[in-house]
Amino acid sequence: MITEDNKKLAQWAMDFALKNGCQAAKVILYANSNTSFELRDAKMDRLQQASECGLGLNLYVDGRYGNYSTNRLNKAELEKFIKNGIESTRYLATDEFRVLPDPERYYKGGKPDLKLFDDRISGISPDDKVAIARAAAEEALGKDSRIISVESSYSDGENASYRLISNGFEGESKSTWYSVSTSVAIKGEGEARPSDYWYGSSLFYDALPKTGIGAKALERVLRKLGQKKVQSGKYTMVVDPMNSGRMLNPVLSALYGSSLQQKNSFLIDKLEQKVVSDKLTLIDDPHVVGATGSRYFDGEGVATKRCPIFENGVLKTYFFDTYNAKKMGVAPTISGPSRLVLTPGDKDLNGLIADVSKGILVTGLNGGNSNSNTGDFSYGIEGFLIENGKLTQPVNEMNVTGNFLTLWSSLAAIGNDAHKDRSWLIPSLVFEGVDFSGL
Amino acid sequence: MNRRDFLRTSGLTVLGVVAGGALVRGPLSREGKQSAVASAMSHFGVTEADLKKVMAAALEKGGDYADLYFEHTFNNSVSLMDGQVNNCSSNIDFGMGVRVLAGDQTGYAYVEGVTLDEMLRAARTAARIASSGKAGKPMSFKEKTPERDYYAVVTPWEEISLKTKIPYLQKLNDKVFSLDQRVRKVRASLSDQTSHILFCNSEGIIYYDYRPMVSYMVSCVMEENGRMENNYAARSYRKGFEFLSDDIIEVLAREVVDHTAIMFKAVKPKGGELPVVMAAGGSGILLHEAIGHAFEADFNRKNTSIFADQLNKKVCNERINVVDDGTIPFNRGAVNFDDEGVEGQKTYIVKEGVLTSFLHDRISAKYYGVAPTGNGRRESFRSIPIPRMRATYMEAGNVSEADIISTVKNGIYAYQFTNGQVQIGAGDFTFFVKFGYLIEDGKLTRPIKDINIIGNGPKALADITMVASNEQIDNGTWTCGKDGQSCPVTCGMPSALVSKLTVGGEN
Repeated sequence: MITEDNKKLAQWAMDFALKNGCQAAKVILYANSNTSFELRDAKMDRLQQASECGLGLNLYVDGRYGNYSTNRLNKAELEKFIKNGIESTRYLATDEFRVLPDPERYYKGGKPDLKLFDDRISGISPDDKVAIARAAAEEALGKDSRIISVESSYSDGENASYRLISNGFEGESKSTWYSVSTSVAIKGEGEARPSDYWYGSSLFYDALPKTGIGAKALERVLRKLGQKKVQSGKYTMVVDPMNSGRMLNPVLSALYGSSLQQKNSFLIDKLEQKVVSDKLTLIDDPHVVGATGSRYFDGEGVATKRCPIFENGVLKTYFFDTYNAKKMGVAPTISGPSRLVLTPGDKDLNGLIADVSKGILVTGLNGGNSNSNTGDFSYGIEGFLIENGKLTQPVNEMNVTGNFLTLWSSLAAIGNDAHKDRSWLIPSLVFEGVDFSGL
Repeated sequence: MNRRDFLRTSGLTVLGVVAGGALVRGPLSREGKQSAVASAMSHFGVTEADLKKVMAAALEKGGDYADLYFEHTFNNSVSLMDGQVNNCSSNIDFGMGVRVLAGDQTGYAYVEGVTLDEMLRAARTAARIASSGKAGKPMSFKEKTPERDYYAVVTPWEEISLKTKIPYLQKLNDKVFSLDQRVRKVRASLSDQTSHILFCNSEGIIYYDYRPMVSYMVSCVMEENGRMENNYAARSYRKGFEFLSDDIIEVLAREVVDHTAIMFKAVKPKGGELPVVMAAGGSGILLHEAIGHAFEADFNRKNTSIFADQLNKKVCNERINVVDDGTIPFNRGAVNFDDEGVEGQKTYIVKEGVLTSFLHDRISAKYYGVAPTGNGRRESFRSIPIPRMRATYMEAGNVSEADIISTVKNGIYAYQFTNGQVQIGAGDFTFFVKFGYLIEDGKLTRPIKDINIIGNGPKALADITMVASNEQIDNGTWTCGKDGQSCPVTCGMPSALVSKLTVGGEN
């Protein structure tokens, strides 16, 4: 919770910085709190509670730029901290590209409340919170003789920030979150003890799924029994909505000005070109009321807007913040997406699987990485073999390897099952002709 | 999440930094005959009477054990991009955490201010984990000093101004550009961290620890015939300013250029099950993932590790010894004390092929009735200590690397790694090979790049059939993640043959 005193402190820090050598500055004051209750076999294992508050400053001094942050918020220490920061920044080389955004681009207020904050956050009793975690555990405990351990948890928190920019931006944002999860470990073959989990989360307590979490975690681990690796080869890859966002993440990283300016991207000079399958349409949709990830302004105070990123496979935008735009001599955009929506298809995961004759459903990624210059990737996986539209064999200890441009060009089908509580709404995805290595 | 624990080396992921940390200089200076702990208490603005009151509040509901962990950390970073040292950042983090144990249950709360009222509030929150209602007995503290300081600094980072650091980035940049015409972009950063830790617990232990850290990193992008590739090089130690030298500039510059240039020649291998020769050094990532996490005793006392029933059993070739060591001087994983009052030590986890010890925190040590091994570590005052690795490595074997490679007809030589991960219970672990070589008919041939390798912990350990005598620790910026907490570690290994792992690739 940002208090009036917090705001006054941020304003004081801004004034102090400007009076002591900064020509411009950004100040952000944050205040976060959270509680969590973790249960093991429905008995209390850990309780944790915390709240924290800190101040971050971007200082623009004589054409130079430095970042400073501290959670020591008494004025005497802050004065010394800011003065030291100004002094340190003066040692740096000048950087003509470090300027504040054009104030015309700032969010100026006036839009409806995004409703990301639940006033109930401080009113829920610890007993009720523990009861939710216990109920999740009890859905699994004793339901199968092979169960070794059931861990469940309830956690919640609030995040708030207050931002000032010296050329005319003031913005405040706050949100709450609630989460319940369960992880179940069972005795598998030999010494193996496979585990899996499920969770529910929401911005609002009343919308938090409070049942079904433990049962789903148990179902997810039981279906893994008998995992083995299958023959290496090309398969149709189906990625479930728990993991589909991981296939998109490196593609988005390649669109940032910081990557492009450093020639560290596999999507340089591709704007308005068709680079992937025409089935891919991806929108940044930041103004949906009550939706995780929604926001009216980005980290620079710049107003967000609905904007296509890929439209039928054509790249429609990069993400140029003020600094990289100026450095590259292009017009700035938003500094990064807020809430991503991949335009869904009309089938759920089962419907997609039914259309696959020889494939692998990926339900978990294990390690792996990608090359930011080439787009080449390789990840460990677990999941299921698909034969003639049916899951016939749990698989594990395999790798999937390829290139993100080739992969996204082979996008064949899209599900309608994105997880609604996330800021990235990426449904199940189907890709053709993907290399898996196993036996 | 959920027993997926991972390790990564960060390219230019800067952890944070400092503006002239004027509050403290070096290990807290002692006035007259004042003890280190007395200086630390005065630094944090607390008295022994305060600590006793907070401890009493922590135990007022009947907890068996409590500890208080005070931290004051200064992070500084300065970086170079496009030939200019034009960005810096500094961060100060301050606070204290109260932990209460009741059996194997944990209550934890932290505060960012250390007034008596704030500390009592945290203590009473953490105390709620217990319910026996039997308040703890009054106690007194006895100062502990480590037998040896594994990271004594010559020149503390607090004495070094930003101005002094800048030439080390500029010279590194210039060196990289001078080594190869194909270099297009260079980024470099120098990060230092200084932590002051004051710890006390209900067993009466109190100590002060001064923890320095430095990370020096460079990455570059090179262009050849219109193709781009990038790579990075980094070193990290618990050292002061004395770490920097012209030699280290030379080493990092050559490494980053060589390791980027090789990417142009590298191909993707054909995937499948293959023998893999792990090169000496960073290959220790295999130990970290395949067995290290699964030996952490929290997973074993809960019976969720694949090694839970393997203690004192033979798990691999009897020539193999694996160590987790907090006592390597200046190592990133060195600990004078862990974060719950246990001295740093060297722990054999595999001795002559037998699994001899798990990695313990206080809770698991009590569960198993053994002495804690000094592995109870935490990311900061915001987190509870849990069993974590330090420097995990395999001791030298008895053959040469060339002998190992010569036995492989068709396989992979894995050289540089970026990250890995493991499923503790199922045992499946992975590591990403940034580059290596094909082995054909007993010889290294074409370079390979960007492939993941996956295996199963107990099987992979049992499949290590040859170990070379070239034992080596990798001093990169290894950071281990577990339960949302990051911890600095290192790993190491002599060259070794794993007879079968599943290698990513094309078909």
